[in-house]
Amino acid sequence: MADPTKEESTAAQETAAAQDPTTQQNAQVLALLHRLFGESTFTDVEEPYGLLTVTTKREHIHNIIAGLQQDTELKFHFLTTMCGINYPENLNQELGMIYHLHSLVHNVRLRIKIFFPLADPVVPTLTDLYATANWMEREAYDFFGIIFTGHPNLRRILNVEDMDYHPMRRQYPLEDGTREDKTDLFFGR
Amino acid sequence: MAVNDTLAGTHKIIQEAQEQQGGQLVPTLNDFSQELTTLNLGPTHPATHGIFQNILQMDGERIISGVPTIGYIHRAFEKIAERRPFYQITPLTDRMNYCSSPINNMGWHMTVEKLLGVQVPKRAQYMRVIMMELARIADHLICNSILGVDTGAFTGFLYVFQEREKIYEIYEEVCGSRLTTNMGRVGGMERDFSPVAIEKLRKWLKEFPAVMKEFESMFNRNRIFMDRVVNVGPITAEKALNYGFTGPNLRAAGVDYDVRVMNPYSSYEDFEFDIPVGTNGDTYDRFLVRNEEIWQSLRIINQALDRLPEGPFHADAPHYYLPPKQAVYKNMEALIYHFKIIMGEIEAPVGEVYHSVEGGNGELGFYLISDGGRTPYRLHFRRPCFIYYQAYSEMVVGTSLSDAIVILSSMNVIAGELDA
Repeated sequence: MADPTKEESTAAQETAAAQDPTTQQNAQVLALLHRLFGESTFTDVEEPYGLLTVTTKREHIHNIIAGLQQDTELKFHFLTTMCGINYPENLNQELGMIYHLHSLVHNVRLRIKIFFPLADPVVPTLTDLYATANWMEREAYDFFGIIFTGHPNLRRILNVEDMDYHPMRRQYPLEDGTREDKTDLFFGR
Repeated sequence: MAVNDTLAGTHKIIQEAQEQQGGQLVPTLNDFSQELTTLNLGPTHPATHGIFQNILQMDGERIISGVPTIGYIHRAFEKIAERRPFYQITPLTDRMNYCSSPINNMGWHMTVEKLLGVQVPKRAQYMRVIMMELARIADHLICNSILGVDTGAFTGFLYVFQEREKIYEIYEEVCGSRLTTNMGRVGGMERDFSPVAIEKLRKWLKEFPAVMKEFESMFNRNRIFMDRVVNVGPITAEKALNYGFTGPNLRAAGVDYDVRVMNPYSSYEDFEFDIPVGTNGDTYDRFLVRNEEIWQSLRIINQALDRLPEGPFHADAPHYYLPPKQAVYKNMEALIYHFKIIMGEIEAPVGEVYHSVEGGNGELGFYLISDGGRTPYRLHFRRPCFIYYQAYSEMVVGTSLSDAIVILSSMNVIAGELDA
């Protein structure tokens, strides 16, 4: 039997959430995304801590970010940051790129994620849209081995040039894996 | 070292010269008129104020291209952070922008608090604001006085460094250390302001404005200084945004983006202050914007100190906030929590958080992905220096070497933040 007071409180929460300006803005952005690029382009729409997060495919990422940059309504003119990520247990989706965009005019942030296989880590570059993408992409290449097609100068940026692996991938543990005197499963050393 | 593509321009000039000479190989050994000089600015050059290299191609006095090499003090903070409990990451943030470590510390604490859903009491928020604004003043003082040194004016530097020393004494009184502060905790501050700290702060607030005025009158309308900085290294607002500029460098170009106003954190919405903006984004504007921000920070500190609310200086969150040491010896729960926190056995929710604060150089962002474990699954730092320094190679083209030095110091590139 459902508890009527509980039901009421969840309903009240929902209306409160609907009136929340962040939620409203996010709904507006999401509607725009669906209108511009089609609903099927986006999967896994979430709002962790008020920041709208969508997942898409890498074939669309350049189009989407270019479209958002040119959009006259929301004006996503600012690429805040981007970073690589590695989930080794997600088969054929091991690597990812996460983009943070910011519309300074309306003060809305948007996070876009793409995932792709480790064996084929190729992503279109954003350097033609944002000059700032240059070093961010070099960093992602340096640490995750993600290849950005069309990047003018894809070299390592923080690590030495003759390094032959990409250190932020999860397959490289932080400490020397051959040492046995430091294995303690409980305290992580 | 692989030759960078920005050198392509240089090769083109040589090629054109060759064509003019009827396909003859130029420059010849005896012909210096067309020869370009390669000049290493850095990695250890006293005027770069940090370890980074620029390989400049010079045509006489003019810079034709600059190729930056960074990473000399890369310490793999993002990788290290994947093996550390949350409170052990604070010392890593100290070492990013070490001119204003309290901002980094508190930005990180607020990120974790956002993930955990901890509400910080007003008093702790105001205390944080005071410390963060002190850090901003220290940061800007260093940048602007070093800019003076690079243009040949040593006096201002020595003069304001005394004031920076006093700020560091206040830090010492509040948290016990000076440069790499590790200030505060997840959930608030580690201790309340002592009466000595308040007294030092009040004394400094009274004395500092006179010094700052003198510093400004030494530089702001100084003919020699203005000749060196006006119209040097300008950047337009569009270009600055495209390059991801934030902070004083972006505001000098005329964009009024400040995280403290746009997305207020730690009760910044309670205070009244102005955001100074420049017009053409040159070195002089960057200097003036930083100076004005020091005055605005003073305003904020005065308001926060006068209205400092009573109450606890940390959140009531025993799972995340270390209990006082005396309680650990006497009280069972305190001992348990102490052990769990120190061993990193606290529970964190699964989720992802992006939190940014207005650092000394711009939007300092923390992107934290938690998988519920004792450490972050992934932690990415949005380091403002790293992002805007890439514009440097474009900004120096066509200027002279002495201008390049001035542009570099006016951008306030901190090697620790650049390389993480």
